[in-house]
Amino acid sequence: MSDKIPVTVLTGYLGAGKTTLLNRILSEPHGKKYAVIVNEFGEIGIDNDLVVGADEEVFEMNNGCICCTVRGDLIRIIDGLMKRKGKFDAIIVETTGLADPAPVAQTFFMDQDVGDRARLDAVVTVADAKWLTERLKDAPEAHNQIAFADVIVLNKTDLVTPAELDAVEATIRAINPAAKLHRTTRCALPIADVLDRNAFDLDRILDIEPDFLEEGHHHHHADEIRSMSFEIRGDVDPDKFMPWIQDLTQIKGGDILRCKGILAFRNEPKRFVFQGVHMILDGDLQRDWRSDETRVSRAVFIGRNLDREEIRKGFFATAA
Amino acid sequence: MMTSLAPPASLTQNVTPLEAGSHVIAVAWPGGVPALALSDGAVMLGLPGLQRRIDVHGGAGLLVAAGTPDTLVTGGGDGRVCALGPDGEPTMIHHDPKGGWIDAVAASASGHMAWSIGKRVTARDDKGRLRTLDLASTAQGLAWFPKGYRLAIAHYNGASLWFPNTQTPAELLEWKGAHLDAIVSADGRFVVTSMQELALHGWRLASKPTEKVAHMRMSGYPAKSRSFSWSHDGMWLATSGADAVIIWPFQGDGPMGKAPRECGVRRARVTQVAFHPGAYVIAAGYDDGCIMLLRMTDASELVARHATRGSAVTALGWDKTGKHLLFGCEDGAAGLLALPT
Repeated sequence: MSDKIPVTVLTGYLGAGKTTLLNRILSEPHGKKYAVIVNEFGEIGIDNDLVVGADEEVFEMNNGCICCTVRGDLIRIIDGLMKRKGKFDAIIVETTGLADPAPVAQTFFMDQDVGDRARLDAVVTVADAKWLTERLKDAPEAHNQIAFADVIVLNKTDLVTPAELDAVEATIRAINPAAKLHRTTRCALPIADVLDRNAFDLDRILDIEPDFLEEGHHHHHADEIRSMSFEIRGDVDPDKFMPWIQDLTQIKGGDILRCKGILAFRNEPKRFVFQGVHMILDGDLQRDWRSDETRVSRAVFIGRNLDREEIRKGFFATAA
Repeated sequence: MMTSLAPPASLTQNVTPLEAGSHVIAVAWPGGVPALALSDGAVMLGLPGLQRRIDVHGGAGLLVAAGTPDTLVTGGGDGRVCALGPDGEPTMIHHDPKGGWIDAVAASASGHMAWSIGKRVTARDDKGRLRTLDLASTAQGLAWFPKGYRLAIAHYNGASLWFPNTQTPAELLEWKGAHLDAIVSADGRFVVTSMQELALHGWRLASKPTEKVAHMRMSGYPAKSRSFSWSHDGMWLATSGADAVIIWPFQGDGPMGKAPRECGVRRARVTQVAFHPGAYVIAAGYDDGCIMLLRMTDASELVARHATRGSAVTALGWDKTGKHLLFGCEDGAAGLLALPT
């Protein structure tokens, strides 16, 4: 695990400040070398030796699963980079403003060669405080990028009033309550807030914000991305939960962008942690429940067209 | 009480180690001289003790390579395609002005070359004339038909067959999925691709207009199959990607409805295969660093290199005579096996 190369995915709608953040990461005196995969090769000034152009080619896997898409260009580029081990410490993938983060994330779980040698560290989304609300109205990609994020850099905060800033943050929280959010101007923030997050590491996954369970109270359109989270005060029955979550992600996987949870399994001293990207599920027993912790089972789902009541009932029916 | 076991049949004493120092991308024998194409951008050329390193692609790295009996053709991260003969003087064949990665190269014995950057494929005939073809998706793998007049290109949702020196549009062989490497049989009747979906797909081409193209689906691999080798008589195709060498029969109508042969089963994954140029013997390299010689007729096995941690085999190639096997590994280890005579 530790010798896998960490990969940070940098998303964000056009003009939000991705390149600013990228250049900030590269110019900090951290002593690390990054291989950078960019989508507009040669068109933006990036001061780095190892810059590779990508063409965002999405492959639909021919295995009958409609949302099992991967990025063919990433598989090829990471394969090429891995033959030059020792030349870099980490990889940063910058996507276009129009890219869907799902195939990028799924590449790390679906492709064995990539998954054996690299690990997805976090999806970092840069959002423009002034224009995000507008973009969310007309650009589905902007929704996906917020929904998928592990870290959200809410940038250009100097261009809005404090009230506007609070409003845009509430909008983000309604879509994605689980991400770490940083307010910035010119993407100024400690690099450690963006890199080496281990956001896809099950050990760290529910290092979730305290307001994890507080949902935004918005009027939702049918196709709008929203999040829902549930808490069972106590244990769940793994024999009920596992079939339920597998069925749910198989049937609704196209609409579920991300899911995460920590569960107390009956008669199990360790916490069970799971996460998913569309239909791909990953789960494992982690550390023991501490004596000062209450055994609770929590899960969050981010997606569109999700029937909150149906999922709530399904989850609560797994209670032990 | 003292029992001594007979040592396992081994050829490890016949191997001269070579220090390549960087991930070995490919091996070749231009003009009968051993050549190792290395990820650090260099080619190591020469017999043991007489080797020299030739910097071909500099710091941008060497990504892909293809060998013929005369030449080693390399493609780099610097957008350059270079050719190198036994004299070790690299000739620059092409330099992409934007400097993109060369994704694939192919070279025919007749002197035709081809390479791809993204969706554009360029073919260069033996007189140096260039032709280009733009595809709908990235060209992942290239292979010349035997005479070097026709090129097979593997890409998303199929393969394209292209005669670069004619105006005829490329013929599309469709099959859903992401196709990675292209392979053409010595008689030109079969085109095979490896796939992202852990399978090979094959097409038996029509030999007359009334005939239809037939499909072959070769699946069951636990990992991607990325190394292939035809037997000297073209009857068998050895492939990597499983815990044994998987060998498909291509006699008659091809492998449809037939089971493949397996040899060299070990608790490791086969990463490289190379059929001997004159016998039913396969050199197999594994991800644990082991190299075995496997005889198809009686399944007898010889060890050429013991398992070596962190040293997965990444390239294997026989010389024309079949007396020498050159190999290279991911950690920069390499070696030359001389068969006892």
